Amino acid sequence: MSTTTGFFTDSTLCIGCKACEVACKEWNDVGADGLNWTGFSYDNTGAVGHSTWRHVKFVENQTQPGLGGNAADHMSWEFSSDICKHCELAGCLEACPTGAIVRTEFGSVYVQPDVCNGCSYCVVGCPFGVVQKNENDGRAFKCTFCYDRQRAGMEPACAKACPTKSIMFGPLDELRLQAQTRLDDLHARGMTDANIYDPQHTNVKGTHAIFLLRGSEKAYNLPPNPEVPTKYLKKGWTASAIGSAMLVAGAALAFLVGGRS
Amino acid sequence: MSNGKFKSAERERVPDPVSESRLAQLRDEAERRGIVTGTGVKPAGAPFPRASEETGYYGVHLLKQPQWTWEIPLYFFVGGASGASAVIGAMADWIGDDYELAKHARWVATAGSGVSSALLVSDLGRPARFLNMLRIIKPQSAMSVGAWTLAAFGSFTAASTFAKLVQERWDFLPVKIVANLAQFASAVSGLPFHNYTGVLIGATVIPAWNKNIETLPIHFGMSGVQSACSILELLGHDNNTALNILGLLASAWETYEGVHLETRAERELRPLKRGASGWVTRAGGVLSGPLPLALRLACLFSDSKKLRQAAAISGIAGSVLTRYGWMAAGRASARDWKLPLEIPDTETRETKPLMETVVEKISAEKVG
Repeated sequence: MSTTTGFFTDSTLCIGCKACEVACKEWNDVGADGLNWTGFSYDNTGAVGHSTWRHVKFVENQTQPGLGGNAADHMSWEFSSDICKHCELAGCLEACPTGAIVRTEFGSVYVQPDVCNGCSYCVVGCPFGVVQKNENDGRAFKCTFCYDRQRAGMEPACAKACPTKSIMFGPLDELRLQAQTRLDDLHARGMTDANIYDPQHTNVKGTHAIFLLRGSEKAYNLPPNPEVPTKYLKKGWTASAIGSAMLVAGAALAFLVGGRS
Repeated sequence: MSNGKFKSAERERVPDPVSESRLAQLRDEAERRGIVTGTGVKPAGAPFPRASEETGYYGVHLLKQPQWTWEIPLYFFVGGASGASAVIGAMADWIGDDYELAKHARWVATAGSGVSSALLVSDLGRPARFLNMLRIIKPQSAMSVGAWTLAAFGSFTAASTFAKLVQERWDFLPVKIVANLAQFASAVSGLPFHNYTGVLIGATVIPAWNKNIETLPIHFGMSGVQSACSILELLGHDNNTALNILGLLASAWETYEGVHLETRAERELRPLKRGASGWVTRAGGVLSGPLPLALRLACLFSDSKKLRQAAAISGIAGSVLTRYGWMAAGRASARDWKLPLEIPDTETRETKPLMETVVEKISAEKVG
């Protein structure tokens, strides 16, 4: 078993160059998804999906002293490179009926393209809205954590292309320590709104892609309490059993009372 | 000038001292500085939303919408009717001694399992892809459990139908035993098959669905029971009292389910009550709840075949609409960007994602 690897994305170092997005698309040969203007932000990609495995969020804020930006009447910018979180307990992996989605030796969550049958149940199992079915291809796609590169002992394409070391790659436990050191440093320097996103308190049990953010995670479209929906199964199957008992009892009653017509 | 025929601008203004002094101010500033600092151009959709704790990420919805095609809600309907039909057939055979009804119920179940498989294959795109479902057994995946249930149900039901056909010709004891065993297996697998789809969509991240995990399997199951009764009635069993009683129980439950849904005020349930998805769900609720309930009650005191057939048609239509309504509600629920971010909803009207509003405004302008 190899060590569990992870990503630590430090948003305070991101310059929004999108080199990670380009590197990801080039290395993984991910299809184009059109030239669309969102019209609400300089972010014209919007969200991760089947054709966008890395996505730089442009978090445009009200002006705040100390944040980047131009003139005082313009907005402030923060950037954050989003990616599949490779959850410790992954909703997509739990939901997958074919075994196409597996946990690799690096601890990442990987969709085997030759096994996926396109049932799209993982899509409604992911609490981060990452994995998506490509309607043209018929199968589901998401970040592979550059499984091929990692097996060759290399870092993922996005981390390699990042010019500011905003995307850091390495053993997960080391990255968690590194993130804490960086957070303490930023707090000491007065950036008190910095915080780490790694939801270990929910049944996702933490993510293998952790983020250093400024302010609320909600501005970055990250859920405060992501949940793996397998927690509903027990209630669901109990209800199913009750429903089945109702059918048996109801039908027996109907034929006993109604009899032969 | 007076009573001009034409609108001079989108928003017609009447010149007043304020507007005129502003124009004069602009002229003065231009003369004095050679440049003016206006309020700037206001692009379509401005002011643009900000990304913040209150507004999320520009209203881009976090969750992905369910990507199932039109085949899947229909599969929910056919599967529900087919599974319930197998149980009803076995009960008619063993308790009701109604062999004609049992035979028809077996045929409905067999045809239903075939159509179910066809619909699933159609959603997946290629027949071979369905076989991937049978690579592994995975209890924590409702989809895996469901695929195996369908495979088992389809096999047992086909076996039961075939064995009973053989039994009709050669009524030997071994054939009889096999036929009854197969019928038992078909009914037992028909039980989870008729309502597992409620677990399937309930155990997801879609708020409108998982909020109802405790009621959905029973709701979908009873919907299936009602459509099974209705289909059998339309196949000629429209004076069978037992079917009417069972249909009555199912429509009574669906009525209760509708009332239960309408009286709860949770925000997650909104797509089931508002917008297009809400109206389809409601229409399905009325057609499978109070309407057939009233018609079937009337049938207890009347032999009118028209009444029975009306109840049956209403039940089938309601059952189909219910599945499409829930599917549409799931998509609408995924688009509610505030829910997963736990942003309190202060607006009373249906929240539209800011992104969509802006994009619509831009495209409207382009067209205009």
